[in-house]
Amino acid sequence: MAKTHVETTINGEAREFLCDPAETLLDCLRNELGMTGTKEGCGTGDCGACSVVLDGRLVCSCLVLGVEANGKTVETVEGLAKGETLHPLQQKFLEHAALQCGICTPGFLVAAKALLDKNKNPTETEVRYWLAGNLCRCTGYDKIVRAVLDAAKEMQGA
Amino acid sequence: MQEKVNSTPATGFNVIGSRPIRPDGMDKVTGRARFGADYNLPGQLVGKVLRSPHPHARIRSIDVTAALALDGVKSIVTRDDFPEQADATSNFGEGTINFHDVTRTVMAREKALFAGHPVAAVAATSEAVARRALKLIKVDYEVLPFVIDVDEAMKPDAPILHEKLVTQGVTPPPTKPTNIAKRVEFVLGDVDKGFKDADIVVQRDFKTAAVHQGYIEPHAVLATVAEDGQAEVWVSTQGHWIVRSNCAALLGWDISKIKVNAAEIGGGFGAKTVVYLEPLALALSKKAGRPVKMVMSREEVMRASGPTSAASMTIKVGVKKDGRIVAGEALLKYQAGALPGSPVGPGCMCAFAPYDIENVKTIGYDVVSNRPKVAAYRAPGAPISEYAVECVLDEIAGKLGMDPIEFRLKNAAKEGTRLAYGPKMGPIGYIETLEAAKASAHWRTPLGKNQGRGVASGYWFNIGGETTVSLVLNEDGTLVLTAGTPDIGGLRASLAMMASEELGVPLDKIRVQIGDTNSLGYNFLTGGSRSTYSSGMATVDAARDIKKEVMRRAAKLWDLPEEAVEWDAASNAVRPAGPNAGKHKPITLRDIAKMTGKTGGPIVGYARLNAHGAGPSLATHIADVEIDPETGKVSVIRYTAIQDAGRAIHPSYVEGQYQGGAVQGIGWALNEEYIYGSDGQLQNAGFLDYRIPVASDVPMIDTVIVEVPNPRHPYGVRGVGETPIVPPMAAIANAVADATGVRFTELPMSPPRVLARLEAARKAGEKGLKV
Repeated sequence: MAKTHVETTINGEAREFLCDPAETLLDCLRNELGMTGTKEGCGTGDCGACSVVLDGRLVCSCLVLGVEANGKTVETVEGLAKGETLHPLQQKFLEHAALQCGICTPGFLVAAKALLDKNKNPTETEVRYWLAGNLCRCTGYDKIVRAVLDAAKEMQGA
Repeated sequence: MQEKVNSTPATGFNVIGSRPIRPDGMDKVTGRARFGADYNLPGQLVGKVLRSPHPHARIRSIDVTAALALDGVKSIVTRDDFPEQADATSNFGEGTINFHDVTRTVMAREKALFAGHPVAAVAATSEAVARRALKLIKVDYEVLPFVIDVDEAMKPDAPILHEKLVTQGVTPPPTKPTNIAKRVEFVLGDVDKGFKDADIVVQRDFKTAAVHQGYIEPHAVLATVAEDGQAEVWVSTQGHWIVRSNCAALLGWDISKIKVNAAEIGGGFGAKTVVYLEPLALALSKKAGRPVKMVMSREEVMRASGPTSAASMTIKVGVKKDGRIVAGEALLKYQAGALPGSPVGPGCMCAFAPYDIENVKTIGYDVVSNRPKVAAYRAPGAPISEYAVECVLDEIAGKLGMDPIEFRLKNAAKEGTRLAYGPKMGPIGYIETLEAAKASAHWRTPLGKNQGRGVASGYWFNIGGETTVSLVLNEDGTLVLTAGTPDIGGLRASLAMMASEELGVPLDKIRVQIGDTNSLGYNFLTGGSRSTYSSGMATVDAARDIKKEVMRRAAKLWDLPEEAVEWDAASNAVRPAGPNAGKHKPITLRDIAKMTGKTGGPIVGYARLNAHGAGPSLATHIADVEIDPETGKVSVIRYTAIQDAGRAIHPSYVEGQYQGGAVQGIGWALNEEYIYGSDGQLQNAGFLDYRIPVASDVPMIDTVIVEVPNPRHPYGVRGVGETPIVPPMAAIANAVADATGVRFTELPMSPPRVLARLEAARKAGEKGLKV
């Protein structure tokens, strides 16, 4: 089958790639563009490791086709830091030891950023429910939730 | 409680006990870190596995002709590509391994033994082609009757998995084939006499479901084999030396032919201590002459890797009126999966280990059935048996009218206590965890309606083992530390901290890496909570090696005998000592590093050791739950995990182990189970239906780190990774009993089970029912 040409904006940069029409956005990012920061944990939208923001909406990139990114904007973990400066969420994840193995971390960071973009001052309960689509098997979520709350606090003060 | 993000070091230390940012952290928050599936090579093929659709079937023949003829298919392997292995055990770390069984786990031979058992593997130019090829492989199966449940598998008329399997550990040795692979027994004192002396005896039956380790990263490997047989592997594993030796044995290759690189590992919890895809990828690559990448789907992970045993148990405990336990007896039947090797041995050994009991008897059965072969899962075997024992102890405390912590304190093991499996306890911190639980605000906080509180304790041995570390002093005084135990949760941070503590080199001047199998001597895997302990011990040794060499070089420069200089820890410099004190200006480690060319060449610290004396870690957890009597849903509303760490090198990552283990335990207690249909198929092979806890399911997990130093480690470290999953199931079951007034003896305590139990209690008019 002929490949489809896709033009999209990833982390603010114009990108284009060829993909099979059946290929997921996750596979396009990882295999066509070499952006392996976005992870696959299940391929069925149950774990959130592949979270990206597509035209402002948090999605599981394993449930979106690559061709659907045509003409849209995609934000991934690779776009969180600006130059040498980490996003406050990245910094707080490090300070709070909010990761152990780190495989779920990109998805959590992208999902948490989507939360703070919508809700600058979430409660602990709001953080827990917003992140309920992201699975972490190492941390028990405690330090992740604290890191997100602390980042929100810092971004408020900034 | 909110931890202090950047706390001060422990008393008497400069670095140990503080909470610096981990050295591998930056890569992991920016997406740079490369996990198993993130490696690629030019020209690589995609490898896929054909799996048996039947839970039990004889494989009459496998025809790959049509698949091989498909355009884009480069190689196919089946049982014929792996040599038969002798049915014998060989040494493996502190235990043994039987490659006759390992080769059958990796690829079915005479029979497919579970639905999902690999039957063939294909390497092709794309995933789509590989999938089409799998469909073209013709397997002629003779479908056989199967058995899933452990009690069913033990019945005399059960379908037999292995025609040559007879029960080991029974005298006289039986001759008839069976599914009971092994019987083990540990006896201390005389339990019959103990029960005769007891004032109260409680006996209960328990059942636990098989649960999966549930790491978020599926198994992934990239392998390339050159025409001369030189192979290289990139893999997500807990032990790349294990991958190397197992692949060499299964393929009949020399160990020196295989170089294995440990990718960043996205969780393992024990299940990445064995090989699944690695030998297949190597065999496919060798045949195709091209690199082969293989990644399991989540469904494959669930159907064909891990999990840990389901179990059926009977526990009997006798006490005197004053609360002293006089006898404990356990009958444990652990399901091993398709091939022998459940963790029933450690289950037996740990069952009563936290307690000083004169008379103990534990009997265990290792039972095969048509499920995936079990793999280690965090303190393998212990959470199952200790769950059952801790539930019975809670019931007895209730009957005695004793506070459950006081009851445990009265019977707690301490230094010198004889364990049922032989040795005496060294210094341990069990009593300290109980005292901390008793003193906690959590223990004293009143509960509301439909709420209950439970407490339970846990024991795990921990291991040491073979370890090699190198520490290179660079020309500018910075350091490169190379360890060989994959970093699964902060190891590099802890090792850098220990090197920094010894040599005074700041953390940002130490680069820590996990070396490949060609860069160091042998390393046993990251497991048994051994990596911070063993690689830490080796790091300290290597650092002291460097310190000694730096002093030797300074002495040489000053033309003094070696014993005439000393290390000044305050300035991290060497100075003349004794009668020569003050004769020369102190010289720093950094200065010596710059002069190695003039003083005798490169300075490298190297440690190779077989770590002994790991020292057990004990824990006590408190759980509060709330029951919804209408739906049967149990919610954990407050949780405290207290554990002896010996010495917390980086307290945040110690807390992280406690919290993560507690939440895995909450899943084990309340949700998680392998559900089989009457067709022998796993019904919930995915994260939607096999539901691990999510952030909204759990509260903050409070932690208390108790520190009773382990005398065998230079800083007192004990492994902490596994013990945290031992107490949660009983703590929660005891909390549910407190909330409802009736005992629960089956895991998971999922809503349908809880409703059924409450309904049965209502019908039977059980005394004490509260909801």
